[in-house]
Amino acid sequence: MTPFKQLDAKCFPLDAANVDTDQLIPARFMQEPRSVGYGQFLLYDQRFDSNNSAIEAFRLNQTRLADAGIIVAKRNFGAGSSREAAVYALVDYGFRCVIAPSFGDIFSSNAVNNGLLPALVTEADAQKLIDYCQNQLASSLTTAPIISVDLENKQIRCADRSIAFEIKSAWRSKLLNGWDDIELTQAYSENIAQFYTDYQLRSPWAVTPQDNTILAVNK
Amino acid sequence: MSQQTFFDKIWQAHEIEVADDGQSLMWVDRHFVHEGSFHAFNKLTARSLPVSHPELTFGVADHYVPTRSRSLGDLPLKSQNMIQMLSTNAHEHGIRLFDLHDSRQGIVHVVGPELGLTLPGTFIVCGDSHTSTHGGLGALAFGIGASEVAHVLATQTLWQTKPKQMRITIDGELAEGVTAKDIALHWIALLGADSARGHAIEYAGSTVSALTIEGRLTLCNLSIEAGGRCGMVAPDEKTLNYLTGKAFAPREDDFIQAGQHWLGLVTDAQATFDREVHINAADIGPTVTWGVSPEEAISVNSPIPDPSHAAHSAKAKQWASSLDYMGLTAGQSLQDVLIDRVFIGSCTNARLEDLRSAAQVLQGRKCVIPGIVSPGSSSVKALAEAEGLDSIFINAGLEWHEAGCSMCVGMNGDLIGPGERCASSTNRNFKGRQGPGARTHLMSPAMVAAAAVTGRITDFRQLPQVDAIQEAAL
Repeated sequence: MTPFKQLDAKCFPLDAANVDTDQLIPARFMQEPRSVGYGQFLLYDQRFDSNNSAIEAFRLNQTRLADAGIIVAKRNFGAGSSREAAVYALVDYGFRCVIAPSFGDIFSSNAVNNGLLPALVTEADAQKLIDYCQNQLASSLTTAPIISVDLENKQIRCADRSIAFEIKSAWRSKLLNGWDDIELTQAYSENIAQFYTDYQLRSPWAVTPQDNTILAVNK
Repeated sequence: MSQQTFFDKIWQAHEIEVADDGQSLMWVDRHFVHEGSFHAFNKLTARSLPVSHPELTFGVADHYVPTRSRSLGDLPLKSQNMIQMLSTNAHEHGIRLFDLHDSRQGIVHVVGPELGLTLPGTFIVCGDSHTSTHGGLGALAFGIGASEVAHVLATQTLWQTKPKQMRITIDGELAEGVTAKDIALHWIALLGADSARGHAIEYAGSTVSALTIEGRLTLCNLSIEAGGRCGMVAPDEKTLNYLTGKAFAPREDDFIQAGQHWLGLVTDAQATFDREVHINAADIGPTVTWGVSPEEAISVNSPIPDPSHAAHSAKAKQWASSLDYMGLTAGQSLQDVLIDRVFIGSCTNARLEDLRSAAQVLQGRKCVIPGIVSPGSSSVKALAEAEGLDSIFINAGLEWHEAGCSMCVGMNGDLIGPGERCASSTNRNFKGRQGPGARTHLMSPAMVAAAAVTGRITDFRQLPQVDAIQEAAL
C-alpha cells in the first residue's frame, strides 16, 4: 500500500449526516469485478438521475472538483453495511482522505486497509471546513477549495486555519508506513500456533465444529 | 481477580498477543462467507495463500440468491456468477458450503444460530455488518470488510483495538405486541445512529432475560444500526435449551461441559462499563421509522417530527432532507401514511417466531397491497409450511418465497420501485436501500402485516377483530 504522509488536495464538501455505505455505492454495482474501477459508482444515485445523466447541481459532478482528493462531511459517515466496495469507490475515484465528526467503525477499518485516511474532527470543526469549502465554491465558478492534511502531526490546514484531527495510533502507523496486516501477522505465526495448541485443550467444543446430524444418521 | 464483564471474558479468551500499538491479535472461532466475499478470495489468490483453517469457515449463499424459485436462471448472468464464484471458492479451499440447493441454506445470520455453528463465548466474524446478530446467543460477533475477511481466511485471526463497553439495561414488561424490533428502534431513536460507535454493547435487564432467543437475535442484529461494534446477551438456560440438539453444537458430555463454561460467562457484579443506559420497557410502543436513518423512528401513534422543533439547526436540516426524500409532511400522523407494498424477511425478522406473529395478524384477513414473505432460511420455510403459515400468507394475498436476503438489500432483483413506499421488517431505511428512490419504513413483522391489510401504517393492535370483518362482509 502507498504510505500516506501529507496530502494537499481539493476538498469536496458533502453537507450531510449519515452518508451510509449504501449511498456511497448502491448494492447493484457490487457484482462488478474491481478491475472495472469502482470510482464510476461512487454516490451514484446522488450524482446521476434515473436516466444515468449527471446531475449538474451535485457539486462532485463539476469539472473543478473532478480531481478532488478529500471529502468533508457530517457525523456518522460510512455507517451501515460493511461493504468495502464503498471504500473502493472512494479510492478509485481519487479520494485519499475523509474528514468527519464520526465514522462507522467497519468503514474506518476498511478505509485504513485501503490507504484512505478517516480523519476525526469535532462537529464544530467539520462545519467550519464545510462552510469554508462552500464559500470557496460560491465565490466563483472555477475556484475549488484546497485543504492540506498532515498525518504525521494530525493537523488539517485550510487558508490560515489549523485544525487538529484524531485517529487511532495503530491506524496512523499503518497509514504512514503503508503496512499490510497479512504480512504483519505472518511474523506472529509461532504465537498463533502456540495459542491454538492451548486453545484446543481449553475450548475443545469451539475448534472442531462437526455436523452431528450426519454422525447420527451414520450410526 | 479484577471484576470482568461478559465481553471482557470472551475477549481475553481469544487474545493471542497485544502489540505495542495497543492492538490485539484475536483468534477467530467461526468465520462465515457469502457471495460478496469474492473480493477477499481474490486477495488470497493474488498472494497465493491457502485458507489456514478451512474447517472454521462456513459459506452460505444468501445475498444474491433468487427467492421466487431456486432456479439460477431467474437471475441476471452477473448475479448467477456471484453464486458460482462462491461455490468455486468454497470448493477450492475446502470450505463447507450451504449452497442454493442445500436444505439448510438461508441468510447467514439465521443459519449460523439454527445450526449451532454459533455458540456462546465464541468469536465470530463475517463480511456483513449484521453479524452482530450472533450476540443473541452470547457470542462476540461483528461484521468486517473484505481486507479483513482475507486476513481471517489467511490466518484465522484478526487485529482489533479493544472497544469501549456500554450496557443497555431494559427492565419491566413489554406492552402487548411490542417486540425486540421495537426495543431496538426505540433505543436507537433515543440515543442516535452513531451513539454506540466504538462500543461493545451488552443488553441486560429483566426485559432482555424474558425475550426468546429469536428476540435476542433480533435485538443484537440491530446493534450495528446505532454503530455498535457488537451487541450481546449473556448465555442463560434459555440459550442452552435453544442449542440442545442443534446440528453443529456439541453433544452429550461435551455439551454439559461446554454449558457449564458458558453459564460462567456473565458480567461480574462489580464490573464497570464506560457507559450505562437504562430503559423502561413500559415506555416502548410499536415503533416505526419515518426517515432515512434508523434513528429517525417514532412510536406508531406519534406525529411525524417537525424540523422547526429540532434541537439544533444541523438536526433540523437532516430531518427536512429526510422528509423530502420520504415524501412526508411534518406533523402528519404516521397512521395516515399510505403504503404501496410490504416485505417480511431479512436477518432481522424472518425467523419462525417472526413469521408466526405476522401470520397471526393475517389469519382470516386480506391484503390490499402486494408483498413478499421470504423466510430467513430454508429450514424456517419448511417449519413454517409444516404449521400452515404459508397458506395464511398466500390466502391473504402475499407471495411466499424461498429464503435469502431478498428485498432487504435488493441484490437479487427483488426491488421496490422509485418513489414507492414499503413497510418492511428489515433493518435499513437508507436512501435507495431497497432500490433507487425506494422509501422504506422499518417496523416489526406484525406491523408490516397490518400495513398490508389496511394499505397504510397501522397499529396492528387496533385492527378490527376478524369476526367483525366477516360479519360486515355478510
